[in-house]
Amino acid sequence: MLTVATGNKAVAAAVKEAAPAVVAAYPITPQTEIVEQIAEYVSSGELKSQYIPVESEHSAMAACIGASVTGARTFTATSSHGLHYMHEMVNWAAGARLPIVMANVNRALGPGWNIWAEHTDAFQERDSGWLQVYVGSVQEAFDAVLMAFCIAEDERVLLPVMVNLDGFLLSHTMQPLEIEKAGDFIPPLHLPHAIDPQNPCGYGTLTGPDEYFRLRWDIERSMRDAVDVIRGTQERFARRFGRKYGMVDEYRCDDAEVVIVAAGTLGREAEVAVDLLRDEGTRAGSMRIRWFRPFPRLDLSGRDVVVIDRDYSFGFGGVLAKSIAATEGARPFSVIAGLGGQEVTYEDIAGFVRNRQPGRELWFGVNGDV
Amino acid sequence: MTEIPREEYILKCTSACAGCGDSLSLRYVLKAAGPDTVLVVPACCTSVIQGIYPNTAFNVPVYNVAFAAAAACASGMSAALRAAGKKTNVIAYAGDGGTVDIGIQALSGAFERGADFLYICYDNEAYGNTGMQRSGATPLGARTTTTPAGKMQPKKDLDAIVAAHRPPYMATACPAYPKDLFQKVKKALSYRGPTFIHILSPCPPGWRFSTEKTVEMGKLAVRTGMWILYEREQGKVTINGPSKAAMVKPLPVGEYIRAQGRFKGISAETVARMVDDAAALARRLQKEEEGIC
Repeated sequence: MLTVATGNKAVAAAVKEAAPAVVAAYPITPQTEIVEQIAEYVSSGELKSQYIPVESEHSAMAACIGASVTGARTFTATSSHGLHYMHEMVNWAAGARLPIVMANVNRALGPGWNIWAEHTDAFQERDSGWLQVYVGSVQEAFDAVLMAFCIAEDERVLLPVMVNLDGFLLSHTMQPLEIEKAGDFIPPLHLPHAIDPQNPCGYGTLTGPDEYFRLRWDIERSMRDAVDVIRGTQERFARRFGRKYGMVDEYRCDDAEVVIVAAGTLGREAEVAVDLLRDEGTRAGSMRIRWFRPFPRLDLSGRDVVVIDRDYSFGFGGVLAKSIAATEGARPFSVIAGLGGQEVTYEDIAGFVRNRQPGRELWFGVNGDV
Repeated sequence: MTEIPREEYILKCTSACAGCGDSLSLRYVLKAAGPDTVLVVPACCTSVIQGIYPNTAFNVPVYNVAFAAAAACASGMSAALRAAGKKTNVIAYAGDGGTVDIGIQALSGAFERGADFLYICYDNEAYGNTGMQRSGATPLGARTTTTPAGKMQPKKDLDAIVAAHRPPYMATACPAYPKDLFQKVKKALSYRGPTFIHILSPCPPGWRFSTEKTVEMGKLAVRTGMWILYEREQGKVTINGPSKAAMVKPLPVGEYIRAQGRFKGISAETVARMVDDAAALARRLQKEEEGIC
C-alpha cells in the first residue's frame, strides 16, 4: 500500500508488521510519535502487543530485557537523553544476548536543550554490543525496522539492533512510503536461552575473569558473523520487495576521484552534491554509511575522501572520519557539520569537496566558511 | 495450618554469610512460591550468594539485573509471560538499597501500572553487599561504614510509599516467623497485580551480632515493637498475632538495641525517639485496623 508518512509513522507501521509481544516505551521528542502510534495500534486492536508505558527509559529497556528473556519479541524507541538514561540497560541487553529492536531518533544532547538532529547520542553507544543502522529515507526506516528483527533474532547474531533516523529531518518529514504486508518476512523467534522454570538456570550470575572474557569474545564473534546475516537478510528483502540495501549505500562511486562519506540524511544530501559536482566536471561519488556496527569496509583506494560527521568525540575528532582513517588508512578531509540540527545543504557539501584539505578538520560555520 | 513443603529451592553451598537472614527468608519465599517461579534479582547480597557462573545454588530460574532495574524488568517479564498464557510466578527479590533508594522509581512505576508480580524487599537496613554503608532504610542511630557516629535520620517509611500505590496486597514479615512469611507469600501470589512484602532480614555481620542469633534478633525486633508484622489486604490492615501481643506487652527496647553492635554508644534520646516513632506507627496501624481513619 503506497502512502505518505513521516519517519516516525514508518517505524510504527513496521513495528505493527513485526508484531512484538511486548513494547515498553517512554516518550521523548522527536521520537514520541512512534510510541503514540504504537499505543494507538494496540488500543484499536490492530496490534496485539503488551504495551508497557514505563516511567523512564531505564525502565523501558529493563522491561524489554525482562520480556525478551522469556523468548518474546520486544521493541522500544527513544532518542538522545532517553538513550543515555537507559545506557546501563543498553549494555545489559547486548551482554544478555537479547534480540531487542530499538528505534533511536538521533538528537543532540544537552545542555543547552536542543531537540534537533545529531548522531553523537547513538555513536556514544558504539561499544555496547548493539548493531546500529542509520537510515536516509522514510521508506528505509520502515524497511530497516523489518530487517532489524530478522537480523537481531538470527541465531548467529542474537544481539540487539538499533535503527537510527535523524530527528525531524526524517522523524517528522513526510515522504512516500510503501507499506508491505510483511509479518511473514520475519521468521518466528526462537530464543535458545529463554527462561524456563523446567530447566532452572542462573542468568548473569557472578562471572569470573576467564568466563567473562569468553562471553565478551562471543559478542564480537557474533558481531563479525552479523555481516553475513545482514547481507543475506538484505538480499532476501530485495528479492521479495525489490528494494536493495548494502552495508554502505554507494552513489556514482564507480569512477569517482573523490568520495563523500556521511550517515543518515546528510548522506542523501551528499548525493545531490555529487550530481552538482559532476555537472561541474568533478568525478565525485557518495558512500552513505548505513551499518555503523558492525563497521563496514569501504573501497577508498586512490580516492580523496571527505567525511562529514554530524557528531563529535571531544579531544579526538569526528567519529566517522577517525573510524575510516583507522580502518582504511585514509587521510580524509574531516568536516564537522550539522551538530544540533545545523542546516547543511548540498551546496555546502559541494563546497567541502571543492575546498578539501586531506588530513585537516573543518568545523563548518565556526572556523571559517567554505 | 498450611504445611511448609520439604522441597528446597536453595541448595547447599551458597556463598552466604553464616546466619544470613536473607537466605533464610528466600528459603521460605521459594517454598511458598514453588518451582514455577522466576526470581528477578538486582545487585544485592542475593546476586552474590547464588554462586559463581556456570554454577547456581538456586533451583528456580534467576534473572540477575542491574541495580535500579528489578521492578521494571519483572514487569516486562510478567507481561511477556501472561501474553504467552503462562502463570509462572514472577518475584522481584531486592535488598533495601535496591528498593528504597536506587530502585524506588522503577518500583513506583511498576506498581502504578498495576504490573502482575510480587516485589519482595528483604531489608537488612544497609548496603550489605558492599560492606554495610547506610541506606535510606538504615534506622536512626545505627552505625554503618558511612555513618560511623550513627545515622542522624530515621528509616524511610517504605511501606507508606508502597501503600500509596494501593496494591491489592502488601505485608511485612520476618524470617524469625517462617510460617507467617510462608503464608504471606502464598497470599501475595494468589493476587493479580503488584503485591509487596517487606521482610526485616537480620544480618549478623552488618548489625554486629553473633551468627547463631539471627532468629532471636528477628523475634526481638517484633517483641520490642521495633518491627511490626501486619498485612494490608485490599486496603484493610490486619496486625498479625506476634505484633498484637507486643503491642499489649512489649519487651523493653533495650533488649533489641543492646544485642547489636551497630547501636553501640547510641544516646538515650535517640533510643527514645526510635521508641516514639515505633509507637506512632503502631497507633496508626491500630487505628487503620479498627477502621478509624
